[in-house]
Amino acid sequence: MSLSTHPRAEPAQPTESAEPPRHRTPIALLRNTWRGLTSMRTALVLLFLLALAALPGALLPQRSLNPAKIEQYRLQHPSLAPLLERLGFFEVFASPWFAAIYLLLFISLIGCLGPRTLDYARACRAAPVVTPRNLSRMPHYASGTVDASPGEVLADVWRRLRGWRVAVSPEPDGGHAVSAERGYLREAGNLTFHLALVGLLIAFAVGKLFGYEGQVIVLTDGNQFCNTGILGYDSFQAGTLVDGTSLSPFCVKVDTFDADYLPSGQPADYRAGIGYQVGADLANGPNGPWRPYQLKVNAPLRIVGDRVYLLGHGYAPVFTVTFPDGEVRTATTQWRPADPNTLLSEGATKIDRPGLADEAQRRRNQLAITGLLAPTSSGGTLITSVFPALLRPEVAVDILRGDLGLDDGRGQSIFEVDQRQIASGALTRVARKNLRPGEQLRLDDGTTVRFDRVTQWVSLQISHDPAQQWVLVFAVAVLAGLATSLTIKRRRFWVRLRPADGAGRTAMEIGGLARTDQAGYGEEFFRLRADLLRERKTGGGA
Amino acid sequence: MPNVTFVNETLAAYSDYAFRTAVVIYLVAMVLHLGEYARDRVSSVAVPVAVGAPAPISQPAGDTGRAKRSRAERFGRTAVALTILGAGLHVGSLALRGAAVLRWPWGNMYEFCSAICLVAVLGWLFVLRRTPAMRRVGAFVLLPVVVLLFLAGTVLYAQAAPVMPALRSYWLAIHVTAASISGGLLLVAGVSSALFLVRVRAPRDATDGFVALLPTRDTLDRVAYRLTVIAFPIWTFAIMTGAIWAEAAWGRFWGWDPKETVAFVAWVVYGGYLHARATAGWRNGGAAWVNVVGFAVMLFNLFFVNLVTAGLHSYAGVS
Repeated sequence: MSLSTHPRAEPAQPTESAEPPRHRTPIALLRNTWRGLTSMRTALVLLFLLALAALPGALLPQRSLNPAKIEQYRLQHPSLAPLLERLGFFEVFASPWFAAIYLLLFISLIGCLGPRTLDYARACRAAPVVTPRNLSRMPHYASGTVDASPGEVLADVWRRLRGWRVAVSPEPDGGHAVSAERGYLREAGNLTFHLALVGLLIAFAVGKLFGYEGQVIVLTDGNQFCNTGILGYDSFQAGTLVDGTSLSPFCVKVDTFDADYLPSGQPADYRAGIGYQVGADLANGPNGPWRPYQLKVNAPLRIVGDRVYLLGHGYAPVFTVTFPDGEVRTATTQWRPADPNTLLSEGATKIDRPGLADEAQRRRNQLAITGLLAPTSSGGTLITSVFPALLRPEVAVDILRGDLGLDDGRGQSIFEVDQRQIASGALTRVARKNLRPGEQLRLDDGTTVRFDRVTQWVSLQISHDPAQQWVLVFAVAVLAGLATSLTIKRRRFWVRLRPADGAGRTAMEIGGLARTDQAGYGEEFFRLRADLLRERKTGGGA
Repeated sequence: MPNVTFVNETLAAYSDYAFRTAVVIYLVAMVLHLGEYARDRVSSVAVPVAVGAPAPISQPAGDTGRAKRSRAERFGRTAVALTILGAGLHVGSLALRGAAVLRWPWGNMYEFCSAICLVAVLGWLFVLRRTPAMRRVGAFVLLPVVVLLFLAGTVLYAQAAPVMPALRSYWLAIHVTAASISGGLLLVAGVSSALFLVRVRAPRDATDGFVALLPTRDTLDRVAYRLTVIAFPIWTFAIMTGAIWAEAAWGRFWGWDPKETVAFVAWVVYGGYLHARATAGWRNGGAAWVNVVGFAVMLFNLFFVNLVTAGLHSYAGVS
């Protein structure tokens, strides 16, 4: 799995016909399997399998990205979906077959890297190879005679080969042979690249095992979230080795949220003004000092090994309900954006009627305010939103009264009412109206529902990945190793010189060989040739 | 409102003019490159087809051949000159776009495609300078460039506008620049490998047909390899800076978003190409196929993933 002019030794093809498999000893079988696994061909096949296996992850809906799309896919392909589900195609990157491919690939990689690292260590200590007898058979070759004594020429050669690993040996005819090699870093870069890939995979895996990620919606105007346990989150995804008992302690308070929009409605900027408490601050309690921070899309808050992100935002209408007996309840519930461009929102604000001791009666009198909220209303009877900012808010609401089904033990969405309660007649609509801030409506029993104002919420994500800085370190090493191994060329250079006829003249032969499969060594060779042979001009073939 | 919403409409309009002119010039250059083929084919096979001369031609074929070849040479040289002119206007188009919106001019699909094509053309001119024998490949490099630019200017076109909040980061300059550079160079490498495959199908001593006019298989293979060797580390860098940016913008450095997944697949395929090329038995065709597949994956990543699947990389301007 490494780049070089020496492809991995292909394993000797087992001669199946001459020696049936059952005659092999287990050791031989093991050895052949190992050789086969670590051969370049196997590595290539595994590499392409990895690419092929990753593709369904981009083409099919994935559970980790968007579970709703899987349901949609199930409806569209009722016969195919269960099969894909069972084969793990909706969770490609958690599937056993994907893991099998990359594990085999990395075993193959390690099996190749071990011997190569040893080879490299040996090569680094070894002297350059002996000068070949016939230099003219090298890909680059030149010869000539210069006006200098062999001793001077040898000194010149030695000077010009600074940076090369050089060995000089005397020749029987009174001359000298110089053998030089450089570009050893190529293999070092190559090994670094591959070893760093292994490190990166390990760091990635550690992060997945010990990391967690949770999302929570927090209303603005000073509402708080504390990272004390899993239950504080709206949703939470944890690594296998996270039990949720030792989350990093910190609290976040959301004061303001501001968004800028272009005239087209496209968002230009989001900012949440938050405060946070960490470490000793926490002892002061919620009324103690908060450290201010401006949370933006590309600027997460990084504290005690966790990161806090601003993921999204939306509106929360504030309703005040005055019951006939004078009891007043104000409710602020986040509604979710139904249209991401205009932030037309939908939701259900659920209110329990206070002061009713009788359980059955209480359940018959629960209220739900459901419908649409337009931050900038189009006006008219059927309202919609024409702009995402809070310019002309209006709600179109249905008031439902009856049993919301909150006590039957099933969890229900905070954004909608349980449709089964409506179908069974336990929950009925008692009013429908469009309201602007300050307007109210009156129900048949004298209850009034007033739409006070609109406040905002932000959706925060808290992420924890203890190994991500190691992923970065290994990624930098991958890149450095790659750049080194692809730019440096391993090459050899030889000079043979002997006294020529006439005093003070030396006959020279020079030869060059690029050990990297891309020659590209020509120019350097031509330069050395020009320097050593005292040529007037460079260029041209040898 | 802060100045993020500022758009200089005049500069934006000039940018569009420069873009359209550049595309037309590339198109003309491509046709001239093709004309170079037509001329050469006439000169090498054509003598019997000469108009109104059914009788054997006594005139030495060499003369007409040389005269016509020089015309082909002129076609080719004009095509290259036009390509340089087009590239100049193309640079101007992107620079004006950037000046019009006061940000890096690759914040949506139109601008990104334009940047990739610009790198492809500049990379191609660089190849041409180093390896003049590649000139006849010009038509095949300009073809995908013209098609991509046409799609960018029509289907993917987006008015000059500020970008959405997630894209407002200095990583836009770093990550997208690296992605454009590697994408553009890999386009030229892919074309070179595809022509290599065409070349190896033909007998080595083929003397007529357009295949004979292509550069030698070694030249095509070397150009593809060298460009990939330059582009692969840049692509690696693009993926890594993308991961760093994703860590700041989306809450995780890697989440198997469709764009990330296909970028990874392309990376693996190009890694496979470099290995295949160093493996005995894969050099004649095998490696070139891998490179062509890599190019197909890059195109797939550019179009299908951005336009069809709904990932986090859906940019403003394309609905």
